Amino acid sequence: MSMSPSVGLLLATVLVAGCATPPAKEAPTATPVAPAVTRLETVPVTESTRPRYAGPWEDPANPLSQRTLYFDYDAVEIKPEYLTLLRLHAGYLGSHPGQRVTLEGHTDERGTREYNQALGDQRADAVRRVMLAEGVPPKQLETLSYGEERPADSGHGESSWRLNRRVIIQY
Amino acid sequence: MFRYPRRLSVLLVSLLSLWFGSGLAAPRLNIEITGGVEGAQPIAIVPFGVSEGLIPPVDVAAVVSADLARTGKFKPLPNRDMLDMPTTHESVDLRDWRLLGMNSLVIGQIVPEGAGFQVSVTLYDVLRGDELVKTSLASTKTGLRHAAHQIADLIYEKLTGQRGVAATRIAYITSSGSGDKQTVTLRVADADGDQPQTIVSSAEPILSPAWSPDGRRIAYVSFENHRAGIYVQDLGSSHRDLVASYPGINGAPAFSPDGQRLAMTLSKDGNAEIYVLNLTTRELSRLTDHFAIDTEPAWSPDGQQIIFTSNRGGSPQIYRMSATGGAAQRISLDGDYNARASYSPDGRSIVMVTRINGAFRIGVLDTERSTTRLISSGTLDESPSFAPNGSMVIYATEHGGRGVLAATAVEGGGNQRLSQDAGQVREPAWSPFIQ
Repeated sequence: MSMSPSVGLLLATVLVAGCATPPAKEAPTATPVAPAVTRLETVPVTESTRPRYAGPWEDPANPLSQRTLYFDYDAVEIKPEYLTLLRLHAGYLGSHPGQRVTLEGHTDERGTREYNQALGDQRADAVRRVMLAEGVPPKQLETLSYGEERPADSGHGESSWRLNRRVIIQY
Repeated sequence: MFRYPRRLSVLLVSLLSLWFGSGLAAPRLNIEITGGVEGAQPIAIVPFGVSEGLIPPVDVAAVVSADLARTGKFKPLPNRDMLDMPTTHESVDLRDWRLLGMNSLVIGQIVPEGAGFQVSVTLYDVLRGDELVKTSLASTKTGLRHAAHQIADLIYEKLTGQRGVAATRIAYITSSGSGDKQTVTLRVADADGDQPQTIVSSAEPILSPAWSPDGRRIAYVSFENHRAGIYVQDLGSSHRDLVASYPGINGAPAFSPDGQRLAMTLSKDGNAEIYVLNLTTRELSRLTDHFAIDTEPAWSPDGQQIIFTSNRGGSPQIYRMSATGGAAQRISLDGDYNARASYSPDGRSIVMVTRINGAFRIGVLDTERSTTRLISSGTLDESPSFAPNGSMVIYATEHGGRGVLAATAVEGGGNQRLSQDAGQVREPAWSPFIQ
């Protein structure tokens, strides 16, 4: 596998991500919202409000449709095999500055729920850092950790767990 | 632009599927005693007398009996083994109860009073012939079950010297379905699983319920609207406040013992760190500053210290620091995974999740001797929570492939399992004493 110098540097950045001082994020946006029920009257929602085609990431033939990265147990390091994929998404975001993505971190069921929230957050943040290093502006990236709350496979055992330790790039 | 309408529809669907309130009936928790009556004290609780024509909605003696049996410290005599069923002092012959090997005897009466009931109860020491408790309490029409729990607590306290927890409650999370069809609820039930009420329900994850020290509010994390937020909800009025909704993690809320502050985990400044929010001034202070994960804060009973989970040493372990921050000291010394710790009410021990040979179990760490004792035997046991008298721990485990709750006496002797007929039950949090 040939790797450009920038990718090599990038990989190094990712591998030390767990022990580097984290960069400051944007200012807090803690604005308490009104209880959700107060808005219930205004919601005539039907399936038809969902567009049939939202973007190229929904086309199975398009490489952007590959939006999930898997992780080793208790690990937050991005495997080198995903760097090509991340550069592809970074490139798309670079050419579509109005497009935002949520980097959704998940873990398997082992370990405590709150610790897994943090682990999923670190995984999502590792992907975010690669995207930033690839030149994606911070405002196009958001992270969200579901921890172990939203497994892709509800089974117990490594064959399920490996599918659950993941970050999904949600457009 | 395609994104906007799609995201909007998701938002609206999630609003539609979110509802909350109190007093909403929910499926009850079934309770099974799963072991441990050796060494339990023999006690007879005679069916309570009722005045002519009165049909009480609750079998008070049966509720008292079940409450006492669940503690693991008492072995109630089955009704069928009773030689006599006295309901007044005059009809009690203690020789019968000595013959049956009883240490204690409980009799009582229920009479109508106003719109409710008057319940009188007498507890006898069978061997000495003393009346240990003789009292009566008023109950509303719907409060008879609660009155029965209060009677169980009176008896328990008189005979053990420790305050009882039958009249306390538990909060827990249930889920059914999966993926987009998932329904997650936060519920509160009596400590015996009865009287369940739904506090909030959502299609998105809800987790980490935590009681306020007065038992009137619950803090929890909800992912409604596809964001994590920490809410504090009043159980009486159902009013709630969103107290944290920063980018990244908003998790692991824990009320300070004075109820004024909420410790929590946020990752807004880079990664998971412990913060304390003053609920009155809304002032937020950061307590930890480390590149490792710091999460799962829990207060010491005196409010002076906070313990938390950190992987700063390479594996998740329990650390302790001042409640104002500063240097942290590792307090879990054995094993390569110790997490989600909380103090016993007397502050002398800590209950936590510990990994042994790949299995996640509940351990009790003696903070003075630094020894850990396992009190569960599952493989994915989690979310331990002390009863407010420190006698039992409730935690989440699996049984028959489903998530259930288990409660176990810390000193051994009592085990029980709480499950729903359908769906998963997890993340129990035992309430404080409720006035």
